[in-house]
Amino acid sequence: MQHVTSAAPATPLTGPAGRRSRLFGRRRAATVPWHVPYLLLAPAALALGAAVVFPFVYLVAISFQQFRARELIQDLPTHWVGLTNYRYILAKPEFWSVLGRTLIFAGVNVALTIAVGMGIALLLQRLGTRMRLLLSISMVLAWATPTVTATQVWQWLFDRDFGVVNWVLTSLRLGNFTQHSWLSDPTSLLGLATLIVVWGALPFVSLVLYAGLSQVPEDLYEAARVDGANAWATFRRVSLPLLAPILLVLTLLSTIWDFRVFTQIFVLQKSGGISEDTNLIGIWAYHQSFGGTPNYGRGAATAFIGVVILLMITAVLVGRMVRIGDES
Amino acid sequence: MIANGLALLASLFFLFPVYWMVVTAFKPSGDIQLPTPKFIPAPFTLQHFVDGVHKYHFWANARSSVIVTCSVVILSMALAFFAATALARFRFRGRKLFIVLLLVVQMVPFEAMLIPIFVELNRAGLVYHLTGVILAYLAFALPFTIWTLRGFVASVPVDLEEAALTDGCTRTQAFIRILFPLIAPGLVATSIFAFIQAWNEYIFANVLLTNENATLPVWLASFVSMGTQIDWGGIMAGSTLFALPVMVFFILVQRRITQGMTAGAVKG
Repeated sequence: MQHVTSAAPATPLTGPAGRRSRLFGRRRAATVPWHVPYLLLAPAALALGAAVVFPFVYLVAISFQQFRARELIQDLPTHWVGLTNYRYILAKPEFWSVLGRTLIFAGVNVALTIAVGMGIALLLQRLGTRMRLLLSISMVLAWATPTVTATQVWQWLFDRDFGVVNWVLTSLRLGNFTQHSWLSDPTSLLGLATLIVVWGALPFVSLVLYAGLSQVPEDLYEAARVDGANAWATFRRVSLPLLAPILLVLTLLSTIWDFRVFTQIFVLQKSGGISEDTNLIGIWAYHQSFGGTPNYGRGAATAFIGVVILLMITAVLVGRMVRIGDES
Repeated sequence: MIANGLALLASLFFLFPVYWMVVTAFKPSGDIQLPTPKFIPAPFTLQHFVDGVHKYHFWANARSSVIVTCSVVILSMALAFFAATALARFRFRGRKLFIVLLLVVQMVPFEAMLIPIFVELNRAGLVYHLTGVILAYLAFALPFTIWTLRGFVASVPVDLEEAALTDGCTRTQAFIRILFPLIAPGLVATSIFAFIQAWNEYIFANVLLTNENATLPVWLASFVSMGTQIDWGGIMAGSTLFALPVMVFFILVQRRITQGMTAGAVKG
């Protein structure tokens, strides 16, 4: 940062009477010394390099080493062990069930977030000012709730003994939920985690989609109405194509975020929830590294496998996004 | 009619947990764990808040949270402003590569980096220092911040800067006098990501800091006792205290966040 502020004034002054071209991109390149954008990028690149790129390379390196607590504490040299860690993990049935669980969990969360988010955005469009304000404010409050807080609050709502949810379900005669524990069954714990994740993610997705919807020119809807299109056809033919870039970004972000869900499940496990059959890949990697018998090599290998899988899933979406970015 | 009904249900879904948190925090202990819940906090008490700030290391943790959050927000805004300007205003070799890198970096699970960062900091003797988490949060907030800010910068017409250049401003002056004031609201809105990253993050703080200098999420998570009697009043008071700054900040800037997102997405 310091570097750039002091370096920027030193850039040679380029005359305002430079070549006039309508293509701003080329004109910039012609009138500004080539190193200016690089100087502007340098501080951010340095920070990313130090705290992401380098650790990432180191993560890959550790995954090929035998690296346990002993090596760390006594500062012993670590040994390269080739694919041993990977072979160990891939041979473990637990890995495959963790991976499957992660994919299903992320898939369900993304689908729910995007579908319900779209629904709420369309709902916001149809509401009067007052109802829209109420819903927006409610969503902003949910959105603003920190993850650890949200997890604590939902846990209290779903408390076994005095939770409101059990009381409501029992009062509505949907069954006897007195003393029903939501944390002792893997599916139910993951369901609660889904609820917390989706509750926290919906406001962002809905409000962004609503902002996108409100940018659609009114005459397009008018035209659709004149043509006698019903609500569904209008949505399919008018709103959806225009929202496609935003939906793509949101799906990409949700996929990344939901594949990485950690805190919600981790805190639920910590506060007495069942930890068996509830680990997602990130949490499993964590337990391998920071659990009872730390094995950083195996943890790193697991984490790296997770990164590769996530990369493969999102590669398609990123490719499309870069193309869209280039077109505009 | 149907729309209004749905909207009410949705509002209830989003609002009730927050309401229940605050209400529980203000109830006397005897009113919290009842077979039939009490939906209105009457009588109410501040006891849980008073107890809360004396539990564990609240003040030390709050201090850490403030230091970490302020550092991350200020640093990330400065760095992201420069980077976003470079990406939105210039065509240069490596631009596309950097954009792809920004996206790829977001895909690297934060938690995966915990292992190498922990080992590195341990070797450097910096584990349990705030510097480590500050740098980590900064790096993880940057991609999204740069991405969003790029949309804001791109939405400012180049003509304005060109006019300034024609009037005899240097490029630096044009950036500072023209671009910066126009970007300032976007900058505030974008800062929320850095703010949230630093204020809310739990896992790194849990591993890389001690109980004494950890940030508030660690304090909040330590409330959950494995014992039979859970102090829900205390937990909810702590949760309220911890969530309050974020909520205030959010209400102030939320409109610009969605604007920025659509700007970033649509304008590329």
